[in-house]
Amino acid sequence: MTVEQPVLEARGIVKVFGQHRALDKVDFAANAGEVHALLGENGAGKSTLIKILTGAYQPDGGDLLLDGQPIHLRDPLHGQTYGIGTVYQEVNLLPNRSVSENLFLGRQPSRFGLVDRKRIDAQARDLLTRYGLDIDVRADLSEYSVAVQQIVAIARAVELSGKVLVLDEPTASLDRNEVQRLFDVVRGLKAKGLAIIFITHFLDQVFELADRVTILRNGKKVATQALDTLNTTDVVRMMLGKDVAFEHHPSALSGATKGAVRVEFQQIGRKGMAPFDLAVHEGEVVGVAGLLGSGRTEVARLMFGVDTSDGGQVRVDGQPVTIRNPAQAVAAGFGFCPEDRKIDGIFGDLSVRENIIIALQAKLGWFRALNRDDQIELAGRYAEALDIRAADHDMPVKLLSGGNQQKVILARWLAIDPTFLILDEPTRGIDVGAHAEIVRTINRLREEGLALFVISSELDEVVAYSNRIVVMRDREMVAELDGDTIAPDAIVRAIAGTAPGKPQEARP
Amino acid sequence: MTRPTVDLRPTTQPPMPRARPIASFFTRPQVIALAAVLLVNWLLFPGFFTITWQDGRFFGSLIDVLNRGAPVAILAIGMTMVIATKGVDLSVGAVMAISGATAATLVTSGVPAPVAVFAALGTGLLCGLWNGILVTVLEIQPIIATLVLMVAGRGLAQLITEGYIVTFSDPLLIFIGTGSFLGFPMPVVIAALLMILATLIVRRTALGLLIEAVGVNRSAARFAGLSAGALLLIVYTFAGFCAAISGLIVAGDIRGADANNAGLWLELDAILAVVIGGTSLMGGRFSIPMAVLGAMIIQAMNTGILISGFSPEFNLVVKSAVIIVILVLQSPISARLFRRLPGAQK
Amino acid sequence: MTRSLRPLLATTLIFLFAYMLAVSQQPAMLSTRVLGNFLTDNAFLGIAAVGMTFVILSGGIDLSVGAVIGFTTVLIAVLIMWLNLHPLIAFAVALIVATAFGAVMGAAIHYLRVPSFIVTLAGMFLARGGASVLSPDSIGIEHPFFTAVQKSYILLPGGGRLTVVGMIMLAVFAVAILLAHRTRFGSNVYALGGSETSAALMGVPVARTTITIYALSSFLAGLAGVVFSLYTSAGYSLNALGVELDAIAAVVIGGTLLTGGYGFVAGTFIGVMLQGLVQTYIVFDGTLSSWWTKIVVGVLLFMFIVLQRLVFRAGPRRT
Repeated sequence: MTVEQPVLEARGIVKVFGQHRALDKVDFAANAGEVHALLGENGAGKSTLIKILTGAYQPDGGDLLLDGQPIHLRDPLHGQTYGIGTVYQEVNLLPNRSVSENLFLGRQPSRFGLVDRKRIDAQARDLLTRYGLDIDVRADLSEYSVAVQQIVAIARAVELSGKVLVLDEPTASLDRNEVQRLFDVVRGLKAKGLAIIFITHFLDQVFELADRVTILRNGKKVATQALDTLNTTDVVRMMLGKDVAFEHHPSALSGATKGAVRVEFQQIGRKGMAPFDLAVHEGEVVGVAGLLGSGRTEVARLMFGVDTSDGGQVRVDGQPVTIRNPAQAVAAGFGFCPEDRKIDGIFGDLSVRENIIIALQAKLGWFRALNRDDQIELAGRYAEALDIRAADHDMPVKLLSGGNQQKVILARWLAIDPTFLILDEPTRGIDVGAHAEIVRTINRLREEGLALFVISSELDEVVAYSNRIVVMRDREMVAELDGDTIAPDAIVRAIAGTAPGKPQEARP
Repeated sequence: MTRPTVDLRPTTQPPMPRARPIASFFTRPQVIALAAVLLVNWLLFPGFFTITWQDGRFFGSLIDVLNRGAPVAILAIGMTMVIATKGVDLSVGAVMAISGATAATLVTSGVPAPVAVFAALGTGLLCGLWNGILVTVLEIQPIIATLVLMVAGRGLAQLITEGYIVTFSDPLLIFIGTGSFLGFPMPVVIAALLMILATLIVRRTALGLLIEAVGVNRSAARFAGLSAGALLLIVYTFAGFCAAISGLIVAGDIRGADANNAGLWLELDAILAVVIGGTSLMGGRFSIPMAVLGAMIIQAMNTGILISGFSPEFNLVVKSAVIIVILVLQSPISARLFRRLPGAQK
Repeated sequence: MTRSLRPLLATTLIFLFAYMLAVSQQPAMLSTRVLGNFLTDNAFLGIAAVGMTFVILSGGIDLSVGAVIGFTTVLIAVLIMWLNLHPLIAFAVALIVATAFGAVMGAAIHYLRVPSFIVTLAGMFLARGGASVLSPDSIGIEHPFFTAVQKSYILLPGGGRLTVVGMIMLAVFAVAILLAHRTRFGSNVYALGGSETSAALMGVPVARTTITIYALSSFLAGLAGVVFSLYTSAGYSLNALGVELDAIAAVVIGGTLLTGGYGFVAGTFIGVMLQGLVQTYIVFDGTLSSWWTKIVVGVLLFMFIVLQRLVFRAGPRRT
């Protein structure tokens, strides 16, 4: 641990989007020769902070200091000239160009105005050897695995900047050996004195690679601590909130009144997602706890047929159904509020009314059109039931706030009178008031007899409405907590992989 | 999942409140534009609005605008729906040539005219289906997929006519191009009927809404349980069908099929008509009647240029000016400018 | 082998096979005379297709090419015949006008953020319209310089003639190959076609490159217009109708991916020659009709689009 001046420092950073405070006076400092992990759940403000550190966003308040001097970054390119390089999860290089060109684009050595290809290739080979890569640099980048592409991206970033290296979830799509290869490269750079900021959602990787960790939660800094003073459970607790407001909803507690099994999944899974069995009862909420990347969204996508399962069976009310695409899932009475509302959820230019009736209309088919009066009636009914605040149901849904948009999608599914509803992060990115309302709505739907499967990063929230909680880790359902066993410590331990009686996380 | 891709483009667009159909019909920019063009035409040629009744049908410049604009209007009806799905169909001009060639060749070889007409419409449907399959099954970008038929289509048409301009004297085909019904020229009647029918079908069934949903957000459409494939197939097939009708009209009008020139560049006019009609090239909201109105604006300008004595090619310059104006109005730059105007609503 | 080489290889093999097939049917086609005519007859298409290659490599499309050729022939005819300028001055003026025209289109595409096809569509209308406003009728060009150029050629062994026009095309291809594969500008073009976001993050000057690409395309269309006027000795607003489609076809058949990012200028040359081969064969055969050219080109276009879908759908092959 160094006490010297940090290479890159952020002081009191504030960033506001609309009425949403994404970052609230966050401090952050990266020292030379350290790997500093940045942790936080969805919406914690991690990616916003990274974008500010690299110049993609400009802060609304606070200062950015490089070697003690204040800097103002216009864009990532400008950040690069200050020595701040970034490597993203989805490699931001050119898949259609050769490896050497990806390394040297924009600064190719040339003679008489012509690029000296031989020299570029030779330099590229030399450069990559230092990173332990011996590959044909003339081949297209896309011909190599993501791991190699990541290393090439790191090499480019370090060559161009060489002071601070930001790694934004670089390991998300790598296998275990590839992760080790990448880590070797990162350790080498650390030894050379680079300040490395490492964002990931794999806790074991944080402990393996990082020296210090900064944890964000709801746009605020929770702590910055050396990792040798912490264990996994501490970190999970800080990420999910120290004070889990543990209020089990009364009716949820009475697990005995559970209804009949409505939906039953048997051995549903695919490559990269261990097969699971799960039955959801009438009037039951199954909550999913687990960190980002633990496979929770993948489960939801498999259930809804967005991704196709490699095998297994689904039964609705005891009858087998085929679900190989979302249309079949809707036909079976399933509804799905996806995590990314803007991309997979709302039809921005369509009206609130149309957004509400669209799934029902898709289910009814082309020729049984809901006429205008039906639509107005339906939209009115569900907008009132869910308290959707829109001046007018004919206004484009994109003009509504995040919380109201989420309620519109919820209304869309309630309109098909579903048997089973999947909610992926239903409260992500919405304000506190709407947040509480959505939690209340989930409880009400359960009381009305719906079967629900709800994914959330907010532990207190999951606890507040779940009859049962499924814990996910490493793309596998690792634990199931029921009734009295739903206790905050148990959940945190299960997520961290230290639950008694469960196989420990053993990574080489 | 966080999405680390940095988007450097401005994404915000000003909200465009959707006007209610009837109440604000006369304040729509398209209607005002058409009125302005007609007014200019009237100033240039005072007899512009005069309509006479002769030999059981109407005559006059205004009727002429409707009549001449009908083929593009019909193309625009099909094109509107294709564009609403975020696609485009470059092949409709070539399909017109194929359809005209089919009808003309069959009729001159002794096939009864109604059969020839159905065969021509059938080839149009097939051409559209071909485009649809390329777009949905092979997942080729629409502009590229339809380019194939745009290039090869005229060759096919010539293959059918064996390179000649096939002339005919069949009364039914000629009637489609030049006849009249209730005093109105047949092309106008056909275009009006098709417009009403297509509008009724898409608005009385759920097709219209589902097409718009697919165009606005294909991914969300999938998550809402909508299958886009069948919709796209129908939309492209219908565009081919519309092109076939246009092809019949143009062939009937000149009493012959000219594989080289029938429908030449009309796909571009049809796209322009749709864009003038307010349907965005980025897909989503569409209006068939407005696209037809767009076709009429184009034709009214055309006629205006003709009666004012300019060469017909001058029309191209005017068209490009129209495109430029629309592009500038829709661009993010002007959106920013408008927002900065004092008193502009946020 | 790089993945993008495969379509190019396919084109080359198809061309060689087609040529052998043609020769086996019409032995007279194996002569430098035919080859020389090949180059001369397709010179304007080849030059325009080079510009189109850069546009398509960057992920765009240029529909104005044919119209710019037509406009240039009219402008040259007007400058020479009406204003009595020397042809070389007329050429220079025409090239400057064409280049500026393309630069404006490129700026519109970048700053107005509209699809290139709609901007170049407006450009096409404007150029065709502008040409016919200059002169609706065909203007014959008579000038000693024209006659001199048309009469000069290099005699190839076997009696073939490499005309000035043919040489210009070969030179354009040679320069373009260097430009595409050996300069920073070339790299930037490919970068834009790969991913505009990544390219911008990697420091590619997106605005400047986009404008240069369309300026280059129009410049080459203008040069194709110069060649066309030398070839036909006339300026006419409807010259080179539909050449943009032939150029796009040549580029795609030459192995360039229509969505951008992959391809070779040399492939475009083969694409142009393949179209020329089909045409020449049909002329030689005498019984086939000219429309077969369009059908064959359409079929080739389809084949290559499908081939590219298959080749570029595959994932990474190495680790």
